[in-house]
Amino acid sequence: MINKTAAEMADALTKGETTSVELTQAHLDRIAAVDEQVKAFLHVDSEGALAQAKDVDARRSKGEKLSPIAGVPLALKDVLAQKGVPTTAGSKILQGWRPPYDSTVVSKLKSAGVIIMGKTNMDEFAMGSSTENSGYGPTFNPWDLTRTPGGSSGGSAAAVSAFEAPLAIGSDTGGSIRQPAALTGIVGVRPTYGAVSRFGLIAYSSSLDQAGPFGRTVLDTALLHEVIAGHDVRDATSINAPVPAVINAAKSGDVKGMKIGVIKQLQGEGYQKGVQSRFDESLQLLASLGAEIVEVDCPSFEYALAAYYLIAPSECSSNLARFDAMRYGLRVGDTDGASAEAVMSATRDAGFGREVKRRIILGTYALSSGYYEAYYGSAQKIRTLIIQDYAKAFAQVDVLVSPTVPTTAYKIGEKVDDPMAMYLGDVATIPVNLAGICGMSLPAGLAEEDNLPVGFQIMAPAMQDQRLYQAGAALEAALLTKWGAPILSQAPVLGGVK
Amino acid sequence: MSSLSRDDVAKLAGLARIEMTEAELVELSSQFGLILDAVARVQEMDLSGVKATSHPQPLENIARPDVVLPSLSPEDALSGAPAQEESRFRVPQILGEAE
Repeated sequence: MINKTAAEMADALTKGETTSVELTQAHLDRIAAVDEQVKAFLHVDSEGALAQAKDVDARRSKGEKLSPIAGVPLALKDVLAQKGVPTTAGSKILQGWRPPYDSTVVSKLKSAGVIIMGKTNMDEFAMGSSTENSGYGPTFNPWDLTRTPGGSSGGSAAAVSAFEAPLAIGSDTGGSIRQPAALTGIVGVRPTYGAVSRFGLIAYSSSLDQAGPFGRTVLDTALLHEVIAGHDVRDATSINAPVPAVINAAKSGDVKGMKIGVIKQLQGEGYQKGVQSRFDESLQLLASLGAEIVEVDCPSFEYALAAYYLIAPSECSSNLARFDAMRYGLRVGDTDGASAEAVMSATRDAGFGREVKRRIILGTYALSSGYYEAYYGSAQKIRTLIIQDYAKAFAQVDVLVSPTVPTTAYKIGEKVDDPMAMYLGDVATIPVNLAGICGMSLPAGLAEEDNLPVGFQIMAPAMQDQRLYQAGAALEAALLTKWGAPILSQAPVLGGVK
Repeated sequence: MSSLSRDDVAKLAGLARIEMTEAELVELSSQFGLILDAVARVQEMDLSGVKATSHPQPLENIARPDVVLPSLSPEDALSGAPAQEESRFRVPQILGEAE
């Protein structure tokens, strides 16, 4: 049962062939069997999940009208507040915190009857690309347990890839949904900025953060996308417009006559051979389906990485000021007569990990008087140029494409002491965040040199998220025909259960 | 090649309210040269006449009708407090003895 797609599970629930309690228990059993190896979860809420499943089953048997994925289980990135359930954002500074409220994403999942099985591991405060920056140890890639699953939403991606959950929620500030989706052979979407409410999403970089769905198929991802998207009065940046019809787009999957732009700057040098060849093959497939492929020039993308690593740390240095040891979370050094400032400084030293400290210090520097214009100011101008490059490109084409990540999954520990090498892996995903548009990664096959998954990235203008699903579904179907079986059937067996 | 001395890092850490060990200060200072060189690339382009973008959306203030809505109870609001007293957050001393 756990090998089915979320759409098939939902169908089986509707037809009465299984119950949500059975389906949830099967996934909890899978977690018990393999998560010792994968370490996707920081907290498994078996009791809460089964209670929720029982409730959905009862409502279904009473004939209540339920959402399309009611009763299907899900893994939730630990960056989203869930009432009464430990929420840490992967940080020691929040160890043991149980939020007194639900994030809007969680409220929407609960009202749609989606079963929240637990909280997944992540780079601390979503700062990182490998999940190694978690305060609770790394997550391991189900394709090769000596490698990282990517990050920062590595726990969510690994859970879906290892069949511990058919669906998961991540968040994407510089690629943190698309990159781990690529490295674990699944589908991940970063919706348009403002499409999914950030209320209750622990902030890293507020002008870039966006929560989004993971699934093993384009349609599953669309089903979850429609549940979590929509206007929210509690987020001032939430877009007040109808949710794009992503489910319909995923079902149609037609690229005949679609104009697809290949970004010149996001390929070639620096891209692993097997990554480039899977990307080129996918392009040929899209062309054979009737899409028109053209090359587009986005010259300022060359500076996107530099701009991102100024803007995101600047915003984080401000956002993380809220972790001050006063109202929630860790407090150390609170001895008689210790000043608030001393307690704050000692707590932030004990509670934050290396990468978080590095980014706070970098952001503090970039925002300090005398350097502000040269660093943060220039980065904001580069951001304008990137938005203009996209606008020009989207005037010529419907969607833009690139490899999601220049390489396949790397070894645990390989880049942990070399922050710049780690940052370079985000080069193809970051421009989407800076422009506030949407992007998808879907599996394009395995690189011949290491047999690890390669991601194909599709980008579309703001609030045109349906185009991602339309193009993604077409490519997915063509690849499936070519392979004969889903890509995950080639992943190694974990825990003796497949 | 950019650089940031151990003392520069110590000053920034103070501003960011992070107490750091000597080893951390030295490590960060040694890594910052490379990182600053990489991010300083934003200064390579001619940016004169380019407007800054602080946010992907045109932000505006949004006001809601001034009506009372349900909010957290004092118990819930204090549920994560490291220390509390008489339904309030108990915090360390914020003013010096003489103030």
